[in-house]
Amino acid sequence: MTAAERVAPATPLAPGQKVEPLLSELSRPGAPSHQLPALDVPPAEDWSSQLLRTELPLPELGELDTVRHFTHLAQRNFSIDSNFYPLGSCTMKYNPRVNEDVARLPGIAHIHPLQPDETVQGALRIMFEMQQLLADITGFAAATLQPAAGAQGELAGMLMMRAYHLDRGDTHRRKVLVPDSAHGTNPATAAMAGFVTVSIPSDGNGDIDLRKLEAELDDTVVGLMLTNPNTLGLFEKQLREVTAAVHRVGGLVYGDGANLNAILGVVKPAEMGFDCLHINVHKTFSTPHGSGGPGAGPVVVSKALEPFLPAPMVVQRADGSFALDFDRPKSIGRLKGFQGHFGILARGYTYIRMHGGEGLRRLSETAVLNANFLRALLKDDYDLAYDRSCMHEFVLSGRRQKTAYGVRTLDIAKRLLDFGIHPPTIYFPLIVDEAIMIEPTETESRATLEQFAAVMQQIAHECAETPDVVRESPRFQVVGRLDEVTAARKPILRWPRGNFGQSVT
Amino acid sequence: MLGTIGIERVDELFADVPADVRYPDLHLPPALAEMEASKHLASLAAQNISVREWPCFIGGGAYNHYAPSAVGHIMGQPQFYTAYTPYQPEVSQGTLQASFEFQSLVCDLLGLDVANDSVYDGASAVGEAVLMAQRLTRRERVVLAGSVHPQWRQVVQSYVAARDVAVATANVRNDGETLSEPRLLDLVDEHTACVVVQQPDVFGHVRDFNGLADAVHERGALLIITTADATSLGVLKTPGDWGADIATAEGQSLGLPLQFGGPWAGLMACKPEYVRQLPGRISGQTTDHEGRRGFVLTLQAREQHIRREKATSNICTSQTLLAIGITAYLSLMGPSGLREVARQSHAKAVYAADRIAALDGYRILTPRPFYNEFLIATPLLGPAMRHHLVGSKILGGVPFLHHEAGFENTLLLAFTEQNTRAEIDLLVAALAEVAA
Repeated sequence: MTAAERVAPATPLAPGQKVEPLLSELSRPGAPSHQLPALDVPPAEDWSSQLLRTELPLPELGELDTVRHFTHLAQRNFSIDSNFYPLGSCTMKYNPRVNEDVARLPGIAHIHPLQPDETVQGALRIMFEMQQLLADITGFAAATLQPAAGAQGELAGMLMMRAYHLDRGDTHRRKVLVPDSAHGTNPATAAMAGFVTVSIPSDGNGDIDLRKLEAELDDTVVGLMLTNPNTLGLFEKQLREVTAAVHRVGGLVYGDGANLNAILGVVKPAEMGFDCLHINVHKTFSTPHGSGGPGAGPVVVSKALEPFLPAPMVVQRADGSFALDFDRPKSIGRLKGFQGHFGILARGYTYIRMHGGEGLRRLSETAVLNANFLRALLKDDYDLAYDRSCMHEFVLSGRRQKTAYGVRTLDIAKRLLDFGIHPPTIYFPLIVDEAIMIEPTETESRATLEQFAAVMQQIAHECAETPDVVRESPRFQVVGRLDEVTAARKPILRWPRGNFGQSVT
Repeated sequence: MLGTIGIERVDELFADVPADVRYPDLHLPPALAEMEASKHLASLAAQNISVREWPCFIGGGAYNHYAPSAVGHIMGQPQFYTAYTPYQPEVSQGTLQASFEFQSLVCDLLGLDVANDSVYDGASAVGEAVLMAQRLTRRERVVLAGSVHPQWRQVVQSYVAARDVAVATANVRNDGETLSEPRLLDLVDEHTACVVVQQPDVFGHVRDFNGLADAVHERGALLIITTADATSLGVLKTPGDWGADIATAEGQSLGLPLQFGGPWAGLMACKPEYVRQLPGRISGQTTDHEGRRGFVLTLQAREQHIRREKATSNICTSQTLLAIGITAYLSLMGPSGLREVARQSHAKAVYAADRIAALDGYRILTPRPFYNEFLIATPLLGPAMRHHLVGSKILGGVPFLHHEAGFENTLLLAFTEQNTRAEIDLLVAALAEVAA
């Protein structure tokens, strides 16, 4: 028996298993709602009817049916807790439960962002120490915890780079250089910050093409946005030459920290010429990804960029107390209504404190070891995008399966679902044909990696021998492949207005 | 594993890292065992006063409403919180259907027919709405009511900063008796993309926007209405009713813990004709090959992973877990529950205002009607007032604009269904003591 046969769940749905109704369809008029205590002050309706709404179309279910509905929905998801989830670039590592307990402590979960400083000293201390921990791990001078997610961190970084140039009277810089392997957020952020993006091609080794980069460098360059390790899972070989070249024309280097999980305690980005970097706390420091969010995207910066950090910052006063400091005259201002995703930061803080410096380095080494192990197990059955040792993730290409057997990478991904495995990231980076981007993370056991490799090998054989099995997958999920074209052409984006207690299917 | 890879030591895998900076010293505190970390964090948490310990009258964009227990348990389902973006719809139907339900509820609450699966928070929702209006009108200028939350206005400034856009703000004035705001329409010109107003406004005043949308549209601009305390939508006319083109709200009040500022969720809805300029993730209904209903991420040609520098926004994550919490909250409350939250919050505020108005040295500055929040003139500077209230073990109010002329001696007070009459009486007594 192969490992693949051992892991295949192969549990078809019971015949007749239904679609889960929508909340609107489950609604029963008059169902008991959550009860408040009786009003203990005189009732007041201190407004005229022209200010009031005439109808409030919400479903009525009561607690049990609401809980059951969401339990059914949850059961329709793959998740880290239920499935291996090697989604490249997303760092789907296990989320330690103690972090969840911490986030639910009343002194963490139930404090108001506008409370007086003297009533939130513990929270401010967590934030102050988190600023220091992140700065130390990455080698930078200072950190802001305000950005909501990596993309907002990028915006903070671009706005700070803009402010830096303007502060020096350097008003003609408009060009942001972005490698063609970059996440889509990089060019989108540069555009949002009012800049023009120039795409820089990668060379045959998967590194940024230094000569083509140099051809674009002039005094109109704001800076370079660079992910390192890059999205191909490769550590840029000429990194210091790249950052030095950008600096020579007065540009700055923005680091996309999406792949920081590979280099904790291995190297500090600031020591390789980066001027600022965002950190995806939900990836590197293992806070739950929440079906797509929330994240947290702190940004660490060099001394030169520190004056431009968003306000407020958390500071320690001479008497040892902690405070929010709004007095930052050169600040780019504010990106969040309040001081950031504290609930996420408290989890990340706990995670860092439980690892310490040595533990962080060990986790990065294990992440890189696991990725290279898988890469070695899979390199005969699939094409490698680049044949060199990888960091925490690597990219395969399904081009052989596509050309020889007419099986696309999308089909391979769907076939993995039949084995209870969440597929890797596919069709990204854009520069690899039929890309399959695999990030196992450090939290998976050798046995899980071997099972996954066995499944991937079996699918490679199926592509050659029984390609229809792959093309017609998945077979065992609550729905089959969905019609995305019609979804986009004739969008249905909400349930029918006012249609409660009736099925529309 | 090393043998399979063909190396002898793990550090060989890091050969591409420049040797002189490889393996730096980290100056982190020593690692803690789970038991130690757990105790350490509990001790830090204990240095904070939670809104469960002391009566809380702080609002200003975040409100201490009650969340039924089931909300937290639903958000705590591991198959929601340890999943990621539903890239593979066949194994993400739970998330996608919940998002579809959330969008439907946001549409109904805000009175518009299209919504996304949330953005970061109420503040960034306004920023995104302004950028959206600029794209739709191909105009740049922005007119902000001064009665929009000041911190949200700062976020809008950051979102448009790079475009050197003129942002005109109609600053609110306090003449000592009441608040007044200059006529917004006087600031609207032929370059204006949008007018942004808040309902209830940041001082808690429930505004009458009758005629505003028409006047804004006549000038070729769009109307954006934003809401800080979304429970007010349980009773108040919707942004759609007022003729808003884009509506946004902070979702925190709808069952999400305060968490010292987040994570929460920004709600965002618009008229259907504007959907292709709406930023963020959207779930849409479709069918599979056997005709079964299912849900997918749709209209992705707006988003950064497809459009890169031409995308509607750089946003990549959404606040899906929080959106699931809000969906659960609204389902548990139903129409009668949400209406009751709004009515009680309002009644408590009116009770408090009547008492405070009767005290020497205080005046209610927010015009009536207000929802659950109002600004008061105080005998001492705002921060000093707040400090005194801490002495009485009350988390009392926000000295929001105290650095602006005319607002030095003011405090913003907020009330929810959680504030008992006894708590309010305690607040009134503490205020009386300060005045004495």
